[in-house]
Amino acid sequence: MFGLENKDIRMLLVVAVLTLCAPFILNPFPTDSALAQFNAGYPDLMQRFVIFGIFAVGFNILFGLTGYLSFGHAAFLGVGSYSAVWMFKLLSMNVVPAIVLSVVISGLFALLIGFVSLRRSGIYFSILTLAFAQMSFNLAYSVLTPITNGETGLQLTLDDPRILGVSATADGSIPVTNLFGIEMRSTYEMVVGPWAFQFNAGYYLCALVLLAAFYLSIRIFRSPFGMMLRAVKSNQQRMNYTGLNTKPYTLAAFVISGMYAGLAGGLMASMDPLAGAERMQWTASGEVVLMTILGGAGTLIGPVLGAGFIKYFENIFSKINDQVLHSWFAFMPDGLEDFVVFVVHPFIGKGWHLTLGILFMLVVVFLPGGLVEGGQRIAKWVKTRKGNDDETPGKTTPAE
Amino acid sequence: MSKSAFSRRGVLKSGALAGTGLALPTIFTASSAAAFTNDPTGSSVTLGFNVPQTGPYADEGADELRAYKLAVEHLNGGGDGGMMNTFSSKALQGNGILGKEVKYVTGDTQTKSDAARASAKSMIEKDGAVMITGGSSSGVAIAVQGLCQEAGVIFMAGLTHSNDTTGKDKKANGFRHFFNGYMSAAALAPVLKNLYGTDRNAYHLTADYTWGWTQEESIAAATEAMGWTTVNKVRTPLASTDFSSYIAPVLNSGADVLVLNHYGGNMVNSLTNAVQFGLREKVVNGKNFEIVVPLYSRLMAKGAGANVKGIHGSTNWHWSLQDEGSQAFVRSFGTKYGFPPSQAAHTVYCQTLLYADAVQRAGSFNPCAVGEALEDYEFDGLGNGKTLYRGDDHQCFKDVLVVRGKENPTSEFDLLEVVEVTPAAQVTYPVDHPMFAGGALGSCNPGS
Amino acid sequence: MDAILLQILNGLDKGSAYALIALGLTLIFGTLGVVNFAHGALFMIGAFCAVTLQRVLNFSYEDVDESQKDFLGNALKVKTPYVEAWFGPEFGGAIIDWAVPLAILFAIPIMIAVGFIMERGLIKHFYSRPHADQILVTFGLAIALQEVIKYFYGANPIQTPSPEALSGVANVGALIGMDFVYPVWRIVYFFFSVVIIGAIFSFLQFTTFGMVVRAGMADRETVGLLGININRRFTIMFGIAAAVAGLAGVMYTPINSPNYHMGMDFLVLSFVVVVVGGMGSLPGAVLAGFMLGILESFASMNEIKSIIPGIDQIIIYVVAIIILLTRPRGLMGRKGVMEE
Repeated sequence: MFGLENKDIRMLLVVAVLTLCAPFILNPFPTDSALAQFNAGYPDLMQRFVIFGIFAVGFNILFGLTGYLSFGHAAFLGVGSYSAVWMFKLLSMNVVPAIVLSVVISGLFALLIGFVSLRRSGIYFSILTLAFAQMSFNLAYSVLTPITNGETGLQLTLDDPRILGVSATADGSIPVTNLFGIEMRSTYEMVVGPWAFQFNAGYYLCALVLLAAFYLSIRIFRSPFGMMLRAVKSNQQRMNYTGLNTKPYTLAAFVISGMYAGLAGGLMASMDPLAGAERMQWTASGEVVLMTILGGAGTLIGPVLGAGFIKYFENIFSKINDQVLHSWFAFMPDGLEDFVVFVVHPFIGKGWHLTLGILFMLVVVFLPGGLVEGGQRIAKWVKTRKGNDDETPGKTTPAE
Repeated sequence: MSKSAFSRRGVLKSGALAGTGLALPTIFTASSAAAFTNDPTGSSVTLGFNVPQTGPYADEGADELRAYKLAVEHLNGGGDGGMMNTFSSKALQGNGILGKEVKYVTGDTQTKSDAARASAKSMIEKDGAVMITGGSSSGVAIAVQGLCQEAGVIFMAGLTHSNDTTGKDKKANGFRHFFNGYMSAAALAPVLKNLYGTDRNAYHLTADYTWGWTQEESIAAATEAMGWTTVNKVRTPLASTDFSSYIAPVLNSGADVLVLNHYGGNMVNSLTNAVQFGLREKVVNGKNFEIVVPLYSRLMAKGAGANVKGIHGSTNWHWSLQDEGSQAFVRSFGTKYGFPPSQAAHTVYCQTLLYADAVQRAGSFNPCAVGEALEDYEFDGLGNGKTLYRGDDHQCFKDVLVVRGKENPTSEFDLLEVVEVTPAAQVTYPVDHPMFAGGALGSCNPGS
Repeated sequence: MDAILLQILNGLDKGSAYALIALGLTLIFGTLGVVNFAHGALFMIGAFCAVTLQRVLNFSYEDVDESQKDFLGNALKVKTPYVEAWFGPEFGGAIIDWAVPLAILFAIPIMIAVGFIMERGLIKHFYSRPHADQILVTFGLAIALQEVIKYFYGANPIQTPSPEALSGVANVGALIGMDFVYPVWRIVYFFFSVVIIGAIFSFLQFTTFGMVVRAGMADRETVGLLGININRRFTIMFGIAAAVAGLAGVMYTPINSPNYHMGMDFLVLSFVVVVVGGMGSLPGAVLAGFMLGILESFASMNEIKSIIPGIDQIIIYVVAIIILLTRPRGLMGRKGVMEE
């Protein structure tokens, strides 16, 4: 099916089920329970999960396959967002032209930067991409304000032309982004007992795009082109000595992953039509590196997991404040409650960065292969345990 | 099934209660039941406090959060009531808002518009917040204001000083209590004229982004109108930490006043550097060289330490004010936390009270009704004298304080002293003033 | 003319900080082969050593002064630092005034200890791991360290003034027959960095220890085969690199009030400096540090900004790109080191 091996089809199906059922999976706790704090199944965060998933999958095509560590990938995401918002301003609120343009523009941008940066490898390549991205950020924040609207971010206004649409709706507000009439923000709500599940049109668009992007990345991983990229990673010199020019391959990988980033940026702007310069900052590039490595670089599903993990952290952990903590530990005696809150306090809410930093260290130290390796280890452990369970009765019985 | 724009969890909750009794899953759509986003139907109402908890403005954010908690306590009838007792409107009863207990959720803006919008969205979509408030930079405030307009909730801006917030980026659902760059300029100019005369050459160093630009424009226009010459306007990158290479050219530029259009860490560093280079001891054209910091923040002034002494600027509010409202606020804040509130704390406390009061008077949480109640509303007793929430641009017009770094501070909080309280009339501008032109409020959006 | 000279001075001054940080980074990279993203955090911790000492010296007891009122209308509590009480207001005051230079003594053991703990506890497990892992783990460490500092000291900058005697300006123009002034502390900072750089170089050049380290930088395996415990020496080098970054931070505090994210502000820049100078080349790091400092200062001059708008925002990166494309091993990098 789809020209894939069975193993890959299984993985694709897993991702499909995970994304399409996300509104259920991410909302495991009843709305009124204290644990509802940990629910992540609301449209904005689900959209972010898949959008950053796309971003990380694209990044992994470059980093996971060729080993080239780009520290400037956020620039492509930013360029994609800006192009999409300009499309909304000038053409129409339909997301299709916006997303197409953002992919094209970021692809061109990636071609330019990739062509220059790929003349070097290793840490020099990283610094080159970092330099380009920081330049883009600094200029977008200040000198290029007419195009980017600087600090405030590029936003839609009531007097945008929108040639194929309306500048303002009948009731005097800015029209909303849509896919041939389906509003991206429209949400169906389903209440099952104490649970509330939200199905958002924009999320499902993103989810479908993610599936397509994921499928494409499987195809790339399994193709001769992917083999070539892996060969570059393992020994570029040898490739060169065999008389093969590797640059077209690495450049193609760079441009493809830049287009993935642009796609993510375009989707992001389609869900929420605003593009801010800080999307391009080097810390944002660092974030996608972290997502990929955290999830497991070079694996297919790792980046998606890593993206989900970090975004969950950023959006859920930062919202736990002392008030919430006290309500959790209210069952404890007063003194103990205060003490527990005092101990937990530095790590949550405004301290979520600290937890994140410590987690990175733990994961890198103990799980070099990222979350995927963690999963594999658990699977292996379960398997061997099962094996032991079968054996133990046989071994212990005679002793009795 | 019908489409609707945002989730309404309040309704969902009641639907959920009804649903628990039934064995079959209930598919519930809300647009039939609610007229606006997140209509609170239970016994409580949720407000969203969206402040920077990480990043360079985390201390401002923390102070804002303290003030929000205090405001919630007072609204629910706890504490000593603070400014609720001095507020000219007596609609609030101390039993929550419209009898509903006030609850809140907090979020981290990270001082990034993306993160701020994500956080605000989760408050609206997940927590069912009916009002979002906060912000400690103009970029974030404007981004969140735009979001609230789309989502159909009220945005009560926190610390945002750019002209654009209620100028070209104004929105019908957004309201600002804090003052702006134009007002700083209008309040400072006469004071500067009295102090330094009409024949001065000013050199501007400006943070290179929109807030810096609007403030630079405002100050330059106001000072030029009273006879000053602007020698140079130099833009400094936001990421600068060392301003020496921008300060050094000032030495021989012939300028005798340096205007620092910087805020936060930039302000601390540029002021520290300027003092290091001996600008304060300098004499140019027979006049003492002077430094002006148009927007002061006490929390930041602390970072510059002794360097702020004698330097003039403007501020929205200061704890040393002697009016009844300010004193009541300082007393309840100081008793609870042990130190006086900052201007950021004051403005967000006022915003929370003003919102609650508007809901109470309107008799509804509907953003359009609340907006109507706030528009052209005149009040007093919140520390800035008689104040008008102008309906045309949703900007508050009130007295502006001109302050000076204190020469002999008696405590670590006593850094600034109020030089003059500029009356509201003097800082009021017509709604079509060119510095604020180019945007439209649009119509209020209840989110259907 | 004096405008240009002033900018050269500014450049040397900025360059001092860049060079000191880049020097430490290069030491670590050259000896241990580790890309240390937590190096900026070491700079920051150094700065906070000065803040801490200042706080310790200002530990005070309180006297209630009935004649004055605090902000709530209660009697004001007047604070007197113990140091002033013990040593008399004059000498005690002088100690507090000299907190920053004194912090050097305080910072050296702390920074070396921090370096040892970092290397033994974390970094040594990453010698053979890929650079990406090293970056990730040290980046995580940097985040954790700066959050810890923020937890204790807040997010806002904290003023740490230079001693009264070393603040103010000096007429350096007079030395060359011109008239322009420059802040005394910045001159002190420049000479301080020159001394530190000189000390590191002579340590590596003229001691046996340094000789072994240099040999290890060139060929770790062979030195190991000779029966020399290179690892222990590298641990010590890590401690020294941490101390260099920390001292740069201590002395930097009067120039800009330190805050918890000052390390991150310098991190990217110092990496660019290292790469421009040439990975693993100590003289390269120093040269590139000063060069980029001076270029940055010139780019922020109005005359140049009016020709190329926004050049001050990007000059560092433009230089880095040009150098990397034309001379990949950097200004003074050895051929073959990290060239790939």
